[in-house]
Amino acid sequence: MSLINIKINGKELQVEEGTTILQAAKKVGIEIPTLCYMNLHDLNIEHNPGGCRICVVEVEGRRNLAPSCVTKVWEGMSVKTHTMRVLNARRTVMELILSDHPFECLTCAKNGNCDLQKLAQDLGVREIHYQGEQSTYKEDKSPAIIRDMDKCIMCRRCETMCNDVQTCGVLSGINRGFTAVVAPAFEQDLIKSPCTFCGQCVAVCPTGALTERDYTNRVIRALADPTKTVIVQTAPAVRVALGEEFGLPAGTIVTGKMVAALRRLGFDKVYDTDFAADLTIMEEGTEFLDRLSRYLNGDKNVKLPILTSCCPGWVNFFEYNFPDMRDIPSTAKSPQQMFGAIAKTYLAEKLGVKRENLVVVSVMPCLAKKYEAEREEFRVDGNPDVDFSISTRELAHLIKQTIGDIKDLPDEDFDKLMGESTGAGVIFGNTGGVIEAACRTAYEIYTGKTLEKVEFHQLRGFESVRSAVVDFDGLKLNIGIAHGLGNARKLLECIRNGECEFHAIEIMACPGGCIGGGGQPLHHGNTEILKARAAAIYKEDEGKALRKSHENPEIIKLYEEFLGKPSSEKAHHLLHTKYFDKKKRIYIEK
Amino acid sequence: MNKIKNLDDLRKMKQDLQNKIKLRERGDSPEAIVQIKVGMATSGIASGAKEVMNYLIEELEKRNIDAVVTQVGDMGYCYAEPTIEVTLPGKEPVVFGYVNIAKADEIIEKYIKNGELVEGILPANYQSID
Amino acid sequence: MSTVKMHLLVCGGTGCVSSYSPQVAESLIKELEAHGLQDECKVVKTGCFGFCEQGPIVKVIPDNTFYTKVAPEDAKEIIEEHIIKGRKVDRLLYTDPKKQEHVPDSKHMEFYKKQIRIALRNCGFIDPENIEEAIARDAYSALGKCLTELTPQEVIDIIKKSGLRGRGGGGFPTGIKWEIAAKNASDQKYVVCNADEGDPGAFMDRSVLEGDPHSVLEAMAICGYCIGANKGLIYIRAEYPLAIKRLKIAIKQAMEYGVLGDDIFGTGFSFHIELRYGAGAFVCGEETALIHSMEGQRGEPTVKPPFPAEAGYLGKPTNVNNVETFANVPPIILKGAEWFSSIGTERSKGTKVFALAGKINNVGLIEVPMGITLREVIFEIGGGIKNGKKFKAVQTGGPSGGCLTETHLDTPIDFDNLLAAGSMMGSGGMIVMDEDDCMVSIAKFFLEFTVEESCGKCSPCRIGNKRLYEILDKITQGKGTMEDLELLRNLSEVIKDTSLCGLGQSSPNPVLSTLTNFWDEYVEHVTEKKCRAGQCTALKKYIIDEEACVGCTACARACPVNAISGERKMPHNINQDICIKCGACYEKCKFNAIFIK
Repeated sequence: MSLINIKINGKELQVEEGTTILQAAKKVGIEIPTLCYMNLHDLNIEHNPGGCRICVVEVEGRRNLAPSCVTKVWEGMSVKTHTMRVLNARRTVMELILSDHPFECLTCAKNGNCDLQKLAQDLGVREIHYQGEQSTYKEDKSPAIIRDMDKCIMCRRCETMCNDVQTCGVLSGINRGFTAVVAPAFEQDLIKSPCTFCGQCVAVCPTGALTERDYTNRVIRALADPTKTVIVQTAPAVRVALGEEFGLPAGTIVTGKMVAALRRLGFDKVYDTDFAADLTIMEEGTEFLDRLSRYLNGDKNVKLPILTSCCPGWVNFFEYNFPDMRDIPSTAKSPQQMFGAIAKTYLAEKLGVKRENLVVVSVMPCLAKKYEAEREEFRVDGNPDVDFSISTRELAHLIKQTIGDIKDLPDEDFDKLMGESTGAGVIFGNTGGVIEAACRTAYEIYTGKTLEKVEFHQLRGFESVRSAVVDFDGLKLNIGIAHGLGNARKLLECIRNGECEFHAIEIMACPGGCIGGGGQPLHHGNTEILKARAAAIYKEDEGKALRKSHENPEIIKLYEEFLGKPSSEKAHHLLHTKYFDKKKRIYIEK
Repeated sequence: MNKIKNLDDLRKMKQDLQNKIKLRERGDSPEAIVQIKVGMATSGIASGAKEVMNYLIEELEKRNIDAVVTQVGDMGYCYAEPTIEVTLPGKEPVVFGYVNIAKADEIIEKYIKNGELVEGILPANYQSID
Repeated sequence: MSTVKMHLLVCGGTGCVSSYSPQVAESLIKELEAHGLQDECKVVKTGCFGFCEQGPIVKVIPDNTFYTKVAPEDAKEIIEEHIIKGRKVDRLLYTDPKKQEHVPDSKHMEFYKKQIRIALRNCGFIDPENIEEAIARDAYSALGKCLTELTPQEVIDIIKKSGLRGRGGGGFPTGIKWEIAAKNASDQKYVVCNADEGDPGAFMDRSVLEGDPHSVLEAMAICGYCIGANKGLIYIRAEYPLAIKRLKIAIKQAMEYGVLGDDIFGTGFSFHIELRYGAGAFVCGEETALIHSMEGQRGEPTVKPPFPAEAGYLGKPTNVNNVETFANVPPIILKGAEWFSSIGTERSKGTKVFALAGKINNVGLIEVPMGITLREVIFEIGGGIKNGKKFKAVQTGGPSGGCLTETHLDTPIDFDNLLAAGSMMGSGGMIVMDEDDCMVSIAKFFLEFTVEESCGKCSPCRIGNKRLYEILDKITQGKGTMEDLELLRNLSEVIKDTSLCGLGQSSPNPVLSTLTNFWDEYVEHVTEKKCRAGQCTALKKYIIDEEACVGCTACARACPVNAISGERKMPHNINQDICIKCGACYEKCKFNAIFIK
């Protein structure tokens, strides 16, 4: 890389060839405002369509203004970042964007958390000189995601996430000019598209155009209903992110305060999805060992690698994109659904509550969980195993409108029966965590020996596709890990073409795993936040007395009292599922 | 049709095809070549103008003279039909009367080729015909 | 031996085809056969003659008689009178708009006098569906010369020396473009012909493709030879069925004759051409948008660099030229760079094809040397303004060009002069306006087009143009303020300054140029609520002259909204609040008692 001499606002500096003006300006402490631009550098995602034209700057010798996010520097370039011409252009463009944006800030789901709002404030827009027609588009309400395209500013970040990162190909620009909008093919609603509801589009949307389907009001209604026993389960990634909504630094572990808050909200019992994660390991691990031993014994029909199935976005993805391979993933339900199934049978009995009077709420870092909870196969006589799934963000809103804050709450423990968990259940929140948890248990069962060193560092990390070898006392297992659906696609195609041989693969739909889920507090492009959450997850694991799922006393008790043994008939009935070929379900309404 | 295998093939083909559009190319820049107009009204046709015209076209072609032969209506010299008007490049038009095959041959050989005047020139009492 | 004495060239361009020229050709053939003249006189269906307003055109060769508006029924008369008896059919001859006289042949038509046809050299001359006629006119000779006698760099040098600049709008030097593409090494490169002609009323490219497809194919192969590509793609809008058909025929014939395909002229050079269809989006004329469209992506532009010459179609080095640019290449190779650069001005060489439209007598397609003045084009070739009206403005460069006035008439037309005057060359649209045209409405009209055709990717173009349109609309409604005029100017400048591609960077030109050149008219609309051209309906006022009104009630009965009141035999009155300015009363009044203010 050769160095290039440039001038920014008269200040001379040297930067590497290939640097953009935006990056170069940052080096001299100048933050050029951006809107559509997004750089998730730890995930190797850079989105710079040069569409919003907010980041324009003056480049000497150039006829028009240059978008600094995509314009690379050249030798001798002289840039001015805030001349009168630039400021007028930025403000005029901002006024234009606002002139086509509903003035619903006060009631918008993104109020106070909106990039557009902040930028309007930063640019000092106090009046919109350009008024006129506003573009309107039908609202699309899926069980997980709501699209309100009137608020879309065409930054196209969602498209990058959906097409380039997740390779779902659901969202793309349609129509022209003023009526241009981002939509699924043929302007179908999301529910009729191959959308996996991973929520990565929502996670990056700068405005309120893409938001989660909010179930907080239904939860409030259930809590207020005296005939209902309302219990809640909280996913591992929630406890390391919830604090951000209350001003705590990213990576703060707020497990105890969260439990306390939920109890004060009025939940009858506060449980842990980590418990169900341990249960998942028992079932999935058993299934894996079963397949593995049959394979090692020469059974040609056994399907390997086994793929994890606890991520609902990932399940949706392969049902649409790889239905021919749907016999490869584990049949084990996700922890959320395992929890629901056990809660409405085992727990209901223990609590002495009828199934229809037991309301199971889940708090998830995820939007696909909302869709998963609504699946037909997860209902008994129309009554869902999980009644409502709310996101980390929704929980924060719920707390804010009731008890206000969590910071000063005492640390409390989960309730008994389904509240105990091991470190293995906690690390489900990170990419590589599920497979690491599975290895901890499978190792001991397979080898009959005690695993002394529980951390499998070779399985950890942020690289998009990882592979590692785990030594099961002489048996070398090839493990594959992918996070982000685009990376999952690569792995699946590799398997389909017989190019790579794995024994087991973990896939998480969201970059970083659940800690980067579509329902988490918005990171606004700051990937340091994701790293801090991931570190917190491992820290929580380290602090646990028990770190292997099969050591969880409540799990042991559950099998003893209710399920028998892993993969028993009852376990199969309650804890396993089947997958569908949804390729044909992508249809076009006339 | 034979496939063109090299540039010579193309050039040869072009030569052979030239005739197809020669008429158009000549028509496009008539002032640079010999222009002949043949009076073709009823009186002209009756007195053999058509044959003369065919003869002129064929013979000019054979004798490699670039010329454009067009037919016009009555030239106003009915008494002297068939009449033809010949314009050599850069010269005033000249009208010949009582043109038969033999006369036409003479006009080609003497006037067109060598610029020598031939008997039978009619007085120019009209504006050139368009 | 029978001698072909005459050719009857029948225009087979889209315009004439739609006014039944194929039927005219058929009738002519039938009549010739009926008189046993089929061997003496040949009917040839050619490409466009350019004089579209007067179509269908039949041209008689060699006497160049130019028949206009020929109907199939006229065939009999043409054959019997002209072909047999040599008497031109007077009533079908073109009438000179100024002299009101019939013009006997094309050589005497003002329309053709100042034209120099390079790109259009074969249009209206050969049968575009017959490769042999093209070969007779030197088609593929230039390619042969390049492949056998010149190195790629030598060819590029000739093009550079000729001074040829892109005819699609940008005016980028073609030779340099080729050179950049040639220098970017890659296993695969592409030559793309941009035939996505989208300016309203423009049909230069269509005419070339319909009238002389081989010139484009040949030039693409030459370009391929220069840059090291063996694959060519023509991006053509699906709304050009005739051009597509002729291109398909031409490609097939060229392959059969071996002038395209593998091992051309035995030199080892191979070149294959395919068609790609566009859905008629104006923005796809922008090369990056065009490439995305061909890749199956949304047809919207991306930021340059990277330029297509570095990373174009499928990420490979790609050279994109417009149809007309390509059509200029073979003659340059055959006749030399000096010949080409002897035509035109200092920095704009050769000729340019324009589509003349608007309030002009001779609407059609013309090819003129660079440096010709607007006056010559409009008043000589174009035959002046229709119905003897006064010239007001001419808009060059398509929908995003600027409106030039009387003061610009003697400006020699070239890339730089037009730009300096606040307009542009564009792809060669030229729309003439007369005193009846309201310049605010004109600007609004063009904005309506760009609003419709913006891809919506960048905010200034997507929203800004819409707002420009709305402000202009407000002004034409008589609701504009002086502040609006300031907003209009600021917004126009910001859109130009910040838009992503050429569409947005030039879309405010009609507004800016009319603001500059017709400021008074804007002010009139705003302060006096008056439209001097009488085009802004909302500003019209129908008023009854009380002196002249006899109270016949005809107007009141005609009024669809009951805006007119008055006693019988007493002067009537129009309620301006109710009036919808439909003009029904004005039409009905027999006493000229209603006037428009």
